Parts: sequence; structure tokens; C-alpha cells
Amino acid sequence: MIAPQKKSKPVGAVLVVGGGVGGIQASLDLANAGFKVYLVESSPAIGGNMAMLDKTFPTNDCSLCILSPKLVECGRHLNVTLMTMADVLDLQGESGRFTATIRRRARYIDLERCTGCGVCLEKCPRRYVRHPAHPDEEVPKKTLSAFEWQLRAKSAIARPYAQALPNAPAIDAAMCLKLTKGTCGLCQKACQAGAICYDDKDRIEQIEIGAVILAPGYDQFQPYPKHEYGYSRFPDVVTSMEFERILCASGPFAGHVRCPSDGREPKRIAFLQCVGSRDVACRNGYCSSVCCMYAIKEAVIAREHLKQVDATIFFMDVRAHGKDFDKYYEHARSESRVVFERARVHGVEQDQQTKQLMVKYAPAGGGTAEAAFDMVVLATGLEPSASLRGLAGRLGVNLNDFGFVWTDSLAPLRTSRPGVFVAGVASGPRDIPETVVQASAAASEAGRELARARGTQTRIKQFPPERAVEQETPRVGVLICHCGINIAGVVDVARVAEYAKSLPNVVYTETSLYACSQESQNHISQLIGEHKLNRLVVASCSPRTHEPLFQATLKEIGLNPYLFEMANIRDQCSWIHMDHPAAATAKACDLVRMAVAKVNLAEALHSQPQPVTAKALVIGGGLAGMTAALDIADQGFDVFLVEKEKILGGNLLKLDRTLDGRAPADLAASLAARVRHHPRIALFLNASVKQAAGFVGNFETVLQIGKNTKKTLKHGAVVLATGAQESKPIEYGYGKSERVLTQLDLEKQMRSSAFKVPDNVVMIQCVGSRESDHMYCSRVCCSTAIKNAIRLKQLNPRCQVYILYRDIRTYGLREEYYTRARDLGVQFVRFEVEHKPALAAAGRKINVTVPDELTGSVLNIGADLLVLSARVDANPDNAELGKLFKVPLNAEKFLLEAHVKLRPVDFATEGVFMAGMAHAPKAIEETIAQAQAAAARVGTIISRKEYESEPIIVAVNEDLCDGCGLCVPVCDYGALEIVEVERNGQKKKRVKVTEALCKGCGCCAATCPSGAMEQKGYKTSQIMAMIDAALEESGA
Amino acid sequence: MAAEFKPKVLVFCCNWCSYAGADLAGISRMKIRPEFRVIRSMCSARIDPEFILRAFRRGADGVMVAGCHPGDCHYIGGNYRTRRRMALLKLLLKQFGLHEGRLKLEWVSASEGEKFARVINAFINQVEQLGPSPYRKTDDRQRTPETGRRKLEAGQQTVDDDKSLITDH
Repeated sequence: MIAPQKKSKPVGAVLVVGGGVGGIQASLDLANAGFKVYLVESSPAIGGNMAMLDKTFPTNDCSLCILSPKLVECGRHLNVTLMTMADVLDLQGESGRFTATIRRRARYIDLERCTGCGVCLEKCPRRYVRHPAHPDEEVPKKTLSAFEWQLRAKSAIARPYAQALPNAPAIDAAMCLKLTKGTCGLCQKACQAGAICYDDKDRIEQIEIGAVILAPGYDQFQPYPKHEYGYSRFPDVVTSMEFERILCASGPFAGHVRCPSDGREPKRIAFLQCVGSRDVACRNGYCSSVCCMYAIKEAVIAREHLKQVDATIFFMDVRAHGKDFDKYYEHARSESRVVFERARVHGVEQDQQTKQLMVKYAPAGGGTAEAAFDMVVLATGLEPSASLRGLAGRLGVNLNDFGFVWTDSLAPLRTSRPGVFVAGVASGPRDIPETVVQASAAASEAGRELARARGTQTRIKQFPPERAVEQETPRVGVLICHCGINIAGVVDVARVAEYAKSLPNVVYTETSLYACSQESQNHISQLIGEHKLNRLVVASCSPRTHEPLFQATLKEIGLNPYLFEMANIRDQCSWIHMDHPAAATAKACDLVRMAVAKVNLAEALHSQPQPVTAKALVIGGGLAGMTAALDIADQGFDVFLVEKEKILGGNLLKLDRTLDGRAPADLAASLAARVRHHPRIALFLNASVKQAAGFVGNFETVLQIGKNTKKTLKHGAVVLATGAQESKPIEYGYGKSERVLTQLDLEKQMRSSAFKVPDNVVMIQCVGSRESDHMYCSRVCCSTAIKNAIRLKQLNPRCQVYILYRDIRTYGLREEYYTRARDLGVQFVRFEVEHKPALAAAGRKINVTVPDELTGSVLNIGADLLVLSARVDANPDNAELGKLFKVPLNAEKFLLEAHVKLRPVDFATEGVFMAGMAHAPKAIEETIAQAQAAAARVGTIISRKEYESEPIIVAVNEDLCDGCGLCVPVCDYGALEIVEVERNGQKKKRVKVTEALCKGCGCCAATCPSGAMEQKGYKTSQIMAMIDAALEESGA
Repeated sequence: MAAEFKPKVLVFCCNWCSYAGADLAGISRMKIRPEFRVIRSMCSARIDPEFILRAFRRGADGVMVAGCHPGDCHYIGGNYRTRRRMALLKLLLKQFGLHEGRLKLEWVSASEGEKFARVINAFINQVEQLGPSPYRKTDDRQRTPETGRRKLEAGQQTVDDDKSLITDH
């Protein structure tokens, strides 16, 4: 699988198509591993669908809170070129050397000049609602209620969301009055930055790249043709994404749940599942994978917003197959009191008298029923994005029957065209962490192709040597920004500037129309030189968005970037106190005084570079471990692969075949052969980890090999790929009869030529999963049971197979196999956990009885073979490994990732990663992707010569530290330890900070009773000075 | 008659959630009472109870600490520690003769601009009801910019004094 040696060196640049969370992750992983990235996004901003979400399951994290640091990192990464409103028109060449043609559509906004202040947005008189089914048509305003207008109307100049990156809006040329009729022009008049350019034109560019990653994401199913659910007929029938906006604090109703028809608070909300999914009628025969969970989340959040609201979810199967999803589902049912109604919904009608929405449905127990609701939320499925077919055609990659990008299950990131990879929903429905995993994995694939060109296209910014200012008296410059009229329209900026002159050590003040403009940066550089400034305060907008810009300016002129403070007099002053200009001016003076007080005490801060050992350790020689080791090695790094058994292969050796009929044993053999022959992989069989020490870039691990050998390895990163195992059931007479097997037992028998297909086979699902102490779904069992049922039917069509289940969880494109199994005559019988199947021996058969939901009677099956879909258990070694590498486990002893959504293969401890079933039960293609993702993440660390720790970390004043150790357990990163030191001939205890591990939260500084811990950049003296300054009476 | 009571409220915001929520309140043009001042820290767990006591001693009528929602902390579990510290500090406040309503802990996420506005307005109203802090000096309002400047310089001196005071136990 190594890329064939090419005559010419490949191009060390990658084109990433799509700026959603997948494209962002792939871009960051590649750029951080030494490749140049062109990130092409068709809309005006990156962020994708995730930026539109209110919260994310199963943690109810605020979606934008976790996404926006990645947006900002992507936006200002030196080696990521962001191309928004851009489309790929053509791709010539071959893997390693492509030429892509990109069209950059006119935005009508000059990105260099636009400051993102948003004044233009309010001025635009052209607001409209597009017809849901016909995007070129407008819906007449008079047909909509004020609330519906608020929910659905857009303006001709708009930005996708408030925190969009880039923050500049774009003009919709088809809707703009100036561009269509030559009238209006209000936005241009309002823009003091002169950023509106109506004569903007499309441009065509060509770029040279070595590989392409497709991450164009998805569209939500448009429910208009589904008249039966009443979308677009009844305003109170909304899509799940619209409901997401309704729930969101920054949404149209500011987080108040209201009915779009009249703004009333709903009392009853219905959630209808599988709208545009698992529905052959709309040709979406697949499951969208995420809708069950997002509907549960939306129901839970709705109940949090409106305590009295009834939330009912109408569903076919609850597919809570991800890590910790079942706990969330159970919590929603038992604690949040969300009602789950297993049913098929026929339609939604409006009651003419009450105006309520009547949901008509067939309950699971048969018959028909209807129920009244105020609001109906449609769980619309995920579809390939509308532009995907055209894009795939232009790029020459194949699509599958559903219109998703075709991939091979054993190479899940590769498209039909070599050098072009795919990640995220473009190749099938998946949730955010799976998308992030695939994005990293695709980055690993691209990194393998282009390993020889690493670092050839990237730039390293050079800065002049830093001026030493420690000995100088502070000389503070203060710049007060007008931000056009955003600040100056409310705050008397001249007065603030005048006042600032009176503050300690302030030697220069000035006002600026836009402090963030490029010409302002040049001007600031001049001022620093002219006035010998060694500290700078800019009073303008938020440091969260603009501090890096000013800090870069300081660095470029040789001033340490931490001798800088911002006073946020726009977002947190002029914008929120518009009606109180005098009070806002006084507050601006206070904020400047506080910033000056802090900056006066500022010190130059530096990150500490640590050397990196460019080698990786992979623990576990199963599918995940071998795949990760090969990917890392192919990227050009040395790998130590450790397996405790005498052979490689893990669970692959126990499987008969994959869902799509491939032989796992062949895969295991070919991977093992590559591992053994790879010049960069050192293999240790029969070996386990005894000791581990060190930190990111510099680990030292001791192996026990066989009985008598020990070996110490030095490496820069670790991948834990210790797998999981099928449990031995304690239920249903397992182990007492040879007629009771687990699915793996069955697969073992099926591989034997002596296997005789029995006449009657009963499979029982969720054996040991999803109850009491094991409240999790083992994820693979539904697909496994169906796979084996299909196989039995293929071997002997007369074989009767019954699958007794609680919910069938054939998520994503696996749904096809569920459909095929039913077509082949496999019988599916559902049971409730309270009424499990009962067994009785009956001669040579096992008599299985189970209540039949549909008929209400009891079903009696005489089984020749009983196959149990047993729970997947975590590897018991995880506990020991977790202690050695200081990484956490979840309640079920699976490894616990740093963040369930956005850091699915990382630990909070940097340099340690995970892959495969060690993280949670997962399928073969998911394990491959996760292993490759771990390899990419490893690459971002060991491709660097030096690892730079954060500058804002803690420091210990050893004179004050008495070694009490209170701070040690407070640190969630394990950065602190108590050590013994010699002081004046005496042994004393002191705390030691491992700077590479410290993240700079400052929690320990607040804990220390002696004042010995200091947070750099947020020293106690600095915060105290700010407090004092804040409580001074305003002098303005 | 004394001039109208203008509460002085200090708000500590963590960088990742609450400060971003405060920014969003601005971006969304929420209307918020102008009597509060924000101090940003990386994590709410950086807020030493000492800071809050200092603020009260310098005449703050109310202090709010705002952090990420439980479970959302950018630094894994910092906000849980904040929660414990604030609970303890509330008990202490009474001993200092301060109403416990003068200290408030709030969770504000980066998307909750509206909530930021709401909790700040409610807190300022509440502090207004409680009236001036007993620690506030009555002559505060008569200061001029010049005396303000002198005080600040003196203030820096006190910062250093306080350092020894803090560590002196």
C-alpha cells in the first residue's frame, strides 16, 4: 500500500475541499505536520453545519464554544490559505502532482478592509425568505407571521453566523438591490472602512498540490415534498436545524422556545424521526445515524428551556450506538421525562378548531392513534450535498448508489481516484467525532503520499530579535479605536484618549478609525519606534478575536507580544450601553485604566522549546495498532509496535468475514506481513509495558519482553490500541450447552468446512449490553447478527433465522444489510428488556418463547442453535495502562478521550493517543479510520524538531513554596509534582512544574495558600492592580 | 441629599466561555446596565477568593464570577473547583458583614449572550436593592482625575504591600 516511488518529488501541499469541522480538522492536522493547505469553502465562512448547532450530544456542550478555537486557529495558521466562496472547477494530474482550478466567486466585500463590525447588516433593506423547495423563488412576506419571518428571513448582505470566520459578510448578488436594480447602496454608505465593492468579479486561480481531501459535508433532507408531515404548510412544523436555531441563545428568538406561527410557548412538542432516512420512497434507504441522538438532545434542551413542555419522540428504533449515547438516552427517558413512542407516523394535520397539529400514527402494538401538539420537529436526515455530484464528476471520483462518495470498507478514506481522499458525511452519514476521526485519518493518508515533500511548501515566520525591556521604566502607548461608528457613535473616544494621558506611565495616546486595519499596524510599528514605547494598550474590541493581530505587530517590531493589553470598549461597552453614552464613556475610561494598570506590571513571556524524539510507540498489535504503526512508519517516522500475544492480528483472527463479505484473516495476514517487513517498524511480540515516564516529545517506556528481557524505548508520542473483547455471557445457558454460542463462536464454526447449517437459528441481541452495570451499546452486534444471518441464508436458504432484538442499530449505510436480511426472510422480533426471551430445553432443540408485540401473543420457536450477541468488554489491561500513561478511563473501563466531539483520539495528556476498540466498540472500517487518525495526530507532534509549551503557564516561587502539595491534585494535566531539593544543606519539599504539561489555567495559583504559584501573564499583582483600578472612581 | 447610588460591580469572566458570552451579548446588541466592569482570566478557577475579598475591601458593591457550564470547562474541571470555592466564600462573607447576595456565581457559555445580559442586569438590580457596600467610602464620588491618578500610583504600592499580607499566614 506504499505509494509507488515517483520520479519527481511530490508537491508538499494539499487541497482540502469543504470548511466544516472535517475540513478544518484535516487542514490543521496537515498544516501542523509540515504541509501547506489550501482550504476551499463554497460558502462565505468556514464552520459548516456544526456552527449552526446549539448544543452537541451527549455532553450538551455549546457547539460554537468548542468549535470557535479551531476556527480561529485555522484562520490565522500561517500555512493554511483560506479560500471562501470558492469552488473547485477542475483537477488535472495525478497523485503527488495535481493542478486544481479554483473559481473564487465575487463576495462584493474587500476582506482586507472589512473589520466585521456589522453596521452594513442592519442597514440592508432587502430581506427575504426563500421558498424551501425552490431556492430561486421568494415566499411573499405577507404569508408569514412575524415570528416565522424572524426565523427564516435573510438579508441580501449577510454573514452565516455572528462569529463567522472570516467575520466579513457577503452580498447575495441575486437579491441585492444595488446589484440587480442599481438602486439602494445603503451598505456602502454605512461602511466607514470602505469595504463594500459592488464591482467585484469572479476570479479563476490555479494551485499546485500533491493530494486532495474532500470534506464537503451534507445537506439536510428538504422535507417539502413530504406533504404528509405538513412542512411549509404549517409554520409550526419545523426542521431539526430550524429547531436548533430556536433553541440557541444566539438564534432568532434568543433561546426562547416559541411557535413560529404566533410566538406562543408550545406546551407539547412532537419529534418525528426518520424524515428522509430509512425511507425507500425518497430513495434514502440508509439511516442518517445522528437524528435519534440529536432529537433526544433537542427534546432534553427544550425541556430545560420550558420546564412544563411535553416532548414526545416518535421513532422506529432508537439508534444510540455511540460511546455513552445509551446513558444519555436513558437519562432523557428517566430524568428529563422525554416520552418515547415507537410508531410509524402517517401524517400531520391541523385541527381546524383548536389550530393544534394532529400527529396520526400507528403505534408499535398495532392499530392507529393520533395526538395533538403545538409544534412538530422533523428529524430530517443527512443527504449528500447538492453540489457533490458535480464536484465528484469534475474531480473524477465515483459515487455510490445513494450519491455519497464511494469508498472501500478496508480503505475508508480513499476514493476511486488515487491521491484524492474523502472524510466526513460526504462518504456516508456520521456524527461529529466520526467526522473528526476521518478528517485526521485523511490527513494521515495525504501525509503518507507526500511524506517526502514534508516541509517543502510551508513557511516559518521570522521575527527580529526581541528588545530587552526589563530594565526600562514602562512607557505605555494607548490607542483608542473608533471602530467606524461602532465605538465612536456611543463613546466619546477623544475624551477617553485625553483621559488615558493622565494614567501612570502613559507617554502617548491616539485615536484610530480602525485600529485593526493593515495601515494601522504599520502606524503602530512607527509609534513604538518614535516614542520608545515598551508597553501597548489598544482599546477597541475583544482580545479573543483581535489580540493575536496586535501581538503579531509587536513581534514584528521586536517587542515581546505579552507586553500588551486590550480594553474591550466595543463588544462589552459601546454595543451594550448604546442608550447611555456618558456612562459608556466613563466605563471606557475605567477599562483603559484597568488595562494600563495591568500592562504596567507585564513581563516578557516566552515559550520553552523542548526537543522532540521523532519516534512513536504503538501498544497493541491488532487491526488498530498495526494500521496506526504502518501509517506512522509510512509518514517517515520510526515506530515501536508492542503486542502482548505471540502473534499479530487481535480480533481480526476471530472473524469469519466482514459485513461486505471480505476475509478478515487475509487482511490480518497482509497487515502483519507489511509490519514485519517495514524498515521503520520495530516489532516486540510477547511484550508488555512495565513503566512509562516523560511527557509530550520525550517519553521513556520500559518493556518487559518474554520473561527475562527488559528494554527501554525513547519516543515522542504513544498510541494506545489495546482493543476489546467479546464477553462470555452469563445468561441464556451459555457454556452449559453446545447449542448456545456467541456470534464469534458461530463465526469460528462457519469458517470450518464441517459446518452444517441448522434448520432453525435464534439470535438474541443486547446480551449483557444496555442494562444495569453495562449501560452501553456494543455497536457492532446488530450488524454482526445480520451479517451472520445473511450468511446462513446464503449457505442454506431454507434455514429459518430469527433475530430477537430491542432496537436494530444498523446505522448509516449498514441499513442496506438490514433491508437485505428482511428480503431474504430473516425474521425480526422485538422484545422489551423487562420481557426477555425465555428458554426451555426440548429434546434436541431449545424452545425459545418471546412475547410478540404485533399480535400480542407469545411466539414459540424451536431452535437448533441459539446465538447470543454478547457485549463487548473493555480490555482489562486498560486500568494499568491508564495509570502508567496518566490517562483516564470511563465507567466501563474504555479509554476516555480529551473531548468526545472534537478530540476523539486525543487525551488531555498531550502526546498520548488512542485508536480502535480500546476507545469504544466499533466496526472494522471505523477502527481503520481511527488508527489512521491517531497516526496523523502523532505526526503533528513528532514531525516537529521542537515542541513549544504555552507561554502563559505557571511558575513557582521556590522561596515561598513550602511543599504542602495542595496544588498537585488540583492540576488536571499532571503538570505538578512534589520533589525534594537541597536548600542550605537541608532537604526540603518543593513543587516542580513540568512546563510542557502545563496548560496555563491558573487553578493551582488560586489554590496555593503561600502565594508561591504565579500564573504568567495573569500574575496576582496584575489582577489585584486591575481590581483596584476598576474600583477607582472614573476620572473622565 | 447624597447623590444617587450607582452600584459598582466587578465581574470575573473566564476566557473561553463567559467572556465569549459577554462578547456575544455585544455582537447581539443586548442592552445591559453599564455599572459593571469585567476582568478576564483564562479559567474561572484562577479566581482566588483573595481577589474577591480585595474587591469588596476596595468598595465593590457586588462581585460576580462567571465560568463555563459544569462539564464544559476548557481546562477539564476548573469550574468545579470554582464552584466549591465560591460556596465556601459565601459562608465567609457573612462573617465580614457582607450580604451573601453580593457574590454570585454564574455559568455562561459562549453562545449565551442573552443569558450574560440577563444575569448581569439581574445582579446589578439585586446589588442596587442591597444598597452600598458597608466597606465603601462615602467620599468616593468626589474624586477628580488627578486624585484618581495619585490613588492609582499609591494603589500599586499597596499591591506590593498586599503580596506580603497574602503570603503572611
